Amino acid sequence: MTLAVRDLAVRFGGVAALGGVSFDVRPGTITSLIGPNGAGKTTAFNAITGYLRPSAGRVTYEDATLTGLRPCDIAALGVVRTFQKTSVFPALTVADNVMIGLHLRGKAGLAGILAGTRRVREEERALRALAADIITMVGLDHRRDHIASALPYGEQRLVELAVALAARPRVLLLDEPAAGMTGTEKDTVSGLIRKIRGLGITIFLVEHDMRVVMRISDVVIVLNHGRVIAEGTPADIQAHPEVIRAYLGSGGDTPGR
Amino acid sequence: MRAPSAKTLLLLVFTVLTLTAPFWLGNPYYLHVLIMAGIFAVLSLSLNLLLGYTGQLSLGHAAFFGIGAYASALLTLKLERSVWEGMVLAIILSGVSGWGIGRVALKLRGAYFVLVTISFAGVISLVSVNWMELTNGPLGLPGVPAPELGPWSFRTKSAYYYLVLIAVALSYFVCRRLVASRIGRAFLALRENEALAESVGIDVTRYLVLAAVVSAAMAGLAGSLYAHYTRFVSPEVFLFSYTVTMVIMVVAGGKGTLAGPVVGALLFTALPEALREVTSWQWQMLAYGAILVLLVFFLPRGIVPTLSRLRKSR
Repeated sequence: MTLAVRDLAVRFGGVAALGGVSFDVRPGTITSLIGPNGAGKTTAFNAITGYLRPSAGRVTYEDATLTGLRPCDIAALGVVRTFQKTSVFPALTVADNVMIGLHLRGKAGLAGILAGTRRVREEERALRALAADIITMVGLDHRRDHIASALPYGEQRLVELAVALAARPRVLLLDEPAAGMTGTEKDTVSGLIRKIRGLGITIFLVEHDMRVVMRISDVVIVLNHGRVIAEGTPADIQAHPEVIRAYLGSGGDTPGR
Repeated sequence: MRAPSAKTLLLLVFTVLTLTAPFWLGNPYYLHVLIMAGIFAVLSLSLNLLLGYTGQLSLGHAAFFGIGAYASALLTLKLERSVWEGMVLAIILSGVSGWGIGRVALKLRGAYFVLVTISFAGVISLVSVNWMELTNGPLGLPGVPAPELGPWSFRTKSAYYYLVLIAVALSYFVCRRLVASRIGRAFLALRENEALAESVGIDVTRYLVLAAVVSAAMAGLAGSLYAHYTRFVSPEVFLFSYTVTMVIMVVAGGKGTLAGPVVGALLFTALPEALREVTSWQWQMLAYGAILVLLVFFLPRGIVPTLSRLRKSR
């Protein structure tokens, strides 16, 4: 049940974006990956979820090796991600966005769909009901029939979360879920992430906002220059000398700010 | 009793008019225009699956149309099989070529995909010109038989009209079922945001190929209908202008909508004919162009989306 990353390395030309990192994301935890800009966090996400082919190393989840699989196959194994840049299906309604997210839960094939069998119609009804539940869970009931791209930024990020949840993740990778949000919205998202963990979904997230990270994480992993420099509870990390040096050195966000 | 909505009423009038067209049209020439509009409606519906739903522009769509036309004509002429068998072969052969194009689309997107589809149509067209033994080259294949069903023949325009009408209804029905399903949503997801689609487990390869196969097969059916209507097939079926006409019909009617391609096909089959009656040939293309520019300028999303938005905002 552990998402295990072993010696994962990604090189772009001569630059080592990720220099062979190893860590575990244990089931049922909220694990955060932090580090200064350019530390390799998003690169790690892309390599884990199949959007980038690592130059070395291996990622496994349960008994399956994820390395070398396509993103859609990795999603089918229950490892689902979101994106740093707002990523919705822009011209479609919130409900349709979530319906697309439910893709893997549908079984209807071409023949059944063309024939319009009762099983296909029932499945469609069940999926609609499921989509409605997920929309309620992220608190977008009043937006169900709105076009996703017309929503305010914070709500678009919630749509994104709803789409990822619809894909029935067992490990959910969130790339900066609170980026660009107002204080209230950050609280909403933090609460939501805890609620998602409560459903038995393991959370692995990249986040810049240290207040959010320190408040919700069980485990924090610190990445700097493509290497893991520390791993531990939020309290450990805030007291870790090398972490403080890395952050002060980069002039970026300081942990525990 | 609830008063029927304007849309229901309009649909009812439209259905009654199309079903009775051969009886009130009078002039057989008008019926010919309607038959051609029907064939183009099948083509536009097929192109719309790719362009409107998956967002891939195929500028070689005439190739699938032509492959269907030749497959059906050759099977009936050389092997003397029935037209119905010809139609099935047309659908299968075009579908298989669509599979090939779909596989290519995995590696190439956007402008490169467009170029591949154009070249594909070019190559197939050259084959039809140069493979004299099979296709009779530029002379074409005359004497393609009309379909027969037991004692009935579809030799007359009115009979053929109903055959085409059934094909349009069938294609429309296939599109509607697909679009309202998880397959149709996967198509849309590819158009809207491919990376996000993959992240929720949508197999891009699989659905692009599926869209290309269904689309090509439908175009093949249109090709077969055309061959047995004009009773003559020549390399002209691969003309680039056919593809351009299809794109115009889809875009002007409203891509990504179900009714759009049908409306576009009706309008842009009838328009050149109407212009021919009111003006000399020098002005025809000019007027056609002007109308097209005005349409794109004032209804950039197409006729059907604009109309449905007007209805909603009222």
